[in-house]
Amino acid sequence: MTTISKPRRRKPKRSTVLTIGMLAAAAYFLLPLFWLVVASSKTSEDLFSTFGLWFSGDFHLFQNIRLTLTQDDGVFLQWLWNTLLYAVTAAGGGALLAALAGYGFSKYRFKGDRTMFMVVLGAVMVPTTALAIPTYLVFSEIGLADTPWAIILPSLVNPFGLLLMRVYVEASVPDSLLEAARIDGASEFRIFFQVVLRLLAPGFATVLLFALVHTWNNYFLPLIMLNDPELYPITVGLARWQGQAAAAGGSSGDLIPLVITGSLLSIIPLVIAFLFLQRYWQSGLVAGAVKQ
Amino acid sequence: MTDTRTLRQGTPRAFTARKIRRGRKALAGYMFVAPFMIVFLAMFALPLLYAAYFSLFREQLVGGNVFVGLENYTRAFGDEQLWTGIARVCLFFLIQVPIMLVAALAFALALDTGLTRLKRTTRLGIFVPYAVPGVIATLMWGFLYGPDFGPFAQLAEAVGLSAPDFLSKHLMLGSLANIVFWEFTGYNMVILYAALRSVSTDIYEAAAVDGAGQWRIAWSIKIPALKGALAVCMIFSIIGSLQLFNEPQLMQSLAPTVIDEAYTPNLYAYNLAFVGQEYNYAAAVSFVLGLVILAGSYAFMFATDRRSRR
Repeated sequence: MTTISKPRRRKPKRSTVLTIGMLAAAAYFLLPLFWLVVASSKTSEDLFSTFGLWFSGDFHLFQNIRLTLTQDDGVFLQWLWNTLLYAVTAAGGGALLAALAGYGFSKYRFKGDRTMFMVVLGAVMVPTTALAIPTYLVFSEIGLADTPWAIILPSLVNPFGLLLMRVYVEASVPDSLLEAARIDGASEFRIFFQVVLRLLAPGFATVLLFALVHTWNNYFLPLIMLNDPELYPITVGLARWQGQAAAAGGSSGDLIPLVITGSLLSIIPLVIAFLFLQRYWQSGLVAGAVKQ
Repeated sequence: MTDTRTLRQGTPRAFTARKIRRGRKALAGYMFVAPFMIVFLAMFALPLLYAAYFSLFREQLVGGNVFVGLENYTRAFGDEQLWTGIARVCLFFLIQVPIMLVAALAFALALDTGLTRLKRTTRLGIFVPYAVPGVIATLMWGFLYGPDFGPFAQLAEAVGLSAPDFLSKHLMLGSLANIVFWEFTGYNMVILYAALRSVSTDIYEAAAVDGAGQWRIAWSIKIPALKGALAVCMIFSIIGSLQLFNEPQLMQSLAPTVIDEAYTPNLYAYNLAFVGQEYNYAAAVSFVLGLVILAGSYAFMFATDRRSRR
């Protein structure tokens, strides 16, 4: 597989100016997250009365977490579960569809294959939000709006994943291997599931990870599709709490710590996933970038 | 990929072999792409067709849905609110995207020189906002900008100044641009950095032997090598910024007088459909926005394609 850090023969002298510049940039990008951690540890009074970028004496993080998880009969946990459910089913299903089709487009020639592939690629251009209202109209027509299907089904379509999977198949599945398997009498589908899928594992993981992030972060689609708060993913739920807090003005001090702590709780899984799966998303991006 | 080159060399032979087997395998090919294509047609083509049809009608209190032909589109083309919104997202694009891509390029080039310390840490630090949902990014920045307990306001107050009102009419677009910058610079940086890593280092060494400095190498070798990757980043940025929705929609509750119902075209379509119940017109507005985005993307591709054609 591709390695992102290839050995450099020369060992040049480090530049302090460049290092300081990059550290300053990293500080800017990490600042809001640091603020989030600090703010999550404060009571609503301290939030207003103490300096935002440092901890106050009263460490209130665990109380805030408890309050977040118990607000509205524990609806936050329900949102977390919904998010997980939507993200995992949509990303898993979408990655499988993309792998199957990427393999089909790469290793088989059939009538209309080029046209179909170009049409799907062209679809990358169509703005997803311009598609969301039409999708809502169809789903409400067939009575599937305000159900989990309204989030999962549209998220299964992943044109960019298809493109990536095709690139992966071309780079990592040799024709000779397929021929050998055919001579052994394996059926085309058995070849795919027992031989090809294993070779595609890194590419599959990349597509899966990006689809996971995409669905996890999705806001517009669930916002328009769902009415029932029990079905909300975290993004829509937190936005709703924020809306309530803002609408109530100064008297809503109690909801603000929940929005902040809920935000912190919901980004932790993704940040951890990105840190642990670095190898995958980096090699995936290499593949995507090089192909262009 | 490290082995795309070897793959390309092997292609002609593989292709003839494939040609012979064509008939037998065509059916299997259809079977592999069918699940994707079916979902694609149902979730992509069908809604577009349905909405296109839907946009030709108008809901009336008396008589229900009436066919009105292209009336919704003529209304959209003359709709000042829509075009103000489109002009606003175009301005947003013109300000935000160049800054973001130049910063991403600078970070990628700086990392690629290998001259900085703590490379891994800085790269991850710059990238990590990509893992934060746009909604949460906006909520956080909303608090940070805020006049009540935002640290900027607190710092300004501590030294006896008043902080700029980030949520005012004049600064709002810039404040939104900062949020989008924060979210996506790292993503673009990683794409560009990945593309740089796939350039052979021999060429840098040859240039260095010829006496080229880092600046010269960056300008004359690395940036030209990034043309393709930059074009991809650009296309994604065109699509993303013209569709701007999450950030202004969430900021609306903090600054209701600044962000109106038609602040961006997408917000307008959303409000038409779900506040005003004007679904037919909202569908037409979505199409007009989609056309503007397609036109922008294709114009960009056409321009770069012509320039790079050998």
